[in-house]
Amino acid sequence: MLRFFKKLIKPKKKSADRGIMVFENTSEVIRAEKILKKTGRSISVMGPPPEIRTGCDLVIEFPLIEELELKRELSKSNIFPAQTVPVGSGLLQPVSLFHTKDFGDFIMVRAANMKITISKKDRRIVNISGGGCPDVPYLAEKMTGKTLEESPNPGDIGHTLCGYALQLAYEEILKK
Amino acid sequence: MIGIVGTVPDDNFPLVHGKIEFSGDKIKINNNFVSINRCTLALMAAALKVSETVKCPEIYGFLVGDTGKGYGSRKLYEFLTKNLSSFDLDILTFHYLQPDVDWHNKILFAIEDMKKRPVLIADAGFMYAAKMSGQALSYDFFTPDAGELAFLADELAPHPFYTRGFILSTDEDLPLLVKRAYKHENAARNLIVKGKTDYIVKNGEILKTLDSPSFDSMEAIGGTGDTITGILTALLGAGFDFTKAGEMSCLCNRIIAELLNPTPATQVAELIDKIPEAMLKILDGKF
Repeated sequence: MLRFFKKLIKPKKKSADRGIMVFENTSEVIRAEKILKKTGRSISVMGPPPEIRTGCDLVIEFPLIEELELKRELSKSNIFPAQTVPVGSGLLQPVSLFHTKDFGDFIMVRAANMKITISKKDRRIVNISGGGCPDVPYLAEKMTGKTLEESPNPGDIGHTLCGYALQLAYEEILKK
Repeated sequence: MIGIVGTVPDDNFPLVHGKIEFSGDKIKINNNFVSINRCTLALMAAALKVSETVKCPEIYGFLVGDTGKGYGSRKLYEFLTKNLSSFDLDILTFHYLQPDVDWHNKILFAIEDMKKRPVLIADAGFMYAAKMSGQALSYDFFTPDAGELAFLADELAPHPFYTRGFILSTDEDLPLLVKRAYKHENAARNLIVKGKTDYIVKNGEILKTLDSPSFDSMEAIGGTGDTITGILTALLGAGFDFTKAGEMSCLCNRIIAELLNPTPATQVAELIDKIPEAMLKILDGKF
């Protein structure tokens, strides 16, 4: 009986893993919707919450974890969201702080939950750590052992927010 | 039996489940051989290494290929919701899976239908989904690192990528983050916070901290958090109580570093090899 009632209880954060893409104008929303639906994405066009009404009266709701992949897909058609925010969180911004740690012969950069470490001598990626999404081990496998210049760009082959964070760390360490 | 659920970074890897064991330097599961590089395979390898020195139940894996597109994870979620009730598991650890709140909630319902509720551990992507779902207190253990603790402490963040800046803080602030995570019911009943100082937490109370031996390079090595979760999984399976198992897991990870003296370029597989030696030192009371 207890189990039956438990199943009636709705999860308290049902839309916690959804995000909203805001575009400059409605026609971009419609084009984006068409492209994303054509590839079978689980998205829907909705009215924006009051705090992000910036002129466009439509937004695309999408699985937040797929942000990087969806943006890449849209960029192929020259569509770039003006803003991307998680649902129900006001205006949360991606982590923008970078932490750099100098180990002497090696240097590590952290962005959000992702870290990339290179050898200073030859700019070879020696380790990638952190993260929790399934593209992390994939990215680590593809990038570790290569120089920053030889390595694929995580933004091109990653799919999730962890991949996105690694892209930011990668861009930051390129400046070192 | 111990169950470990996670992914392999290869979209062509099929959904498999079965007893896991070492075959040379790989993990064998149902005639599939997988390299121990990091993430779930590192967790599994660490658990297997513990079982070489501590008597543990059989370790059973549930694996699927997923490179981040989420297709594999969803296939595995579906399999588990349909079949978990037929498994007799003492410990169940969820690891690198595509965070998905709806599927997470279905998994929790499937666990309710098991004959015996296993001890539940969540780490990595599945821990993100558990927090997002608002069901964190359904878990016995979360094993975040310091950055992930900040994510748990931020009641609004749906992913560590969106943790608000004022919450991201220094190691000295970790006790405050622990409090905040519990205040918003975004932490499991027990936590191991992995970092420069490890924290063992029970229901919001910090019971133990460990900070030596200490090796800075461990932070850079991918998979060193996964090994702690793997060691914890095995020790809980062996019957150690939650706090003792947590403390031993963190200590073991520190001793393997001391045995190897790693650089930031060391790979996690080299560290995993040292687990039996480190565990023997702990069991002999040498630490």
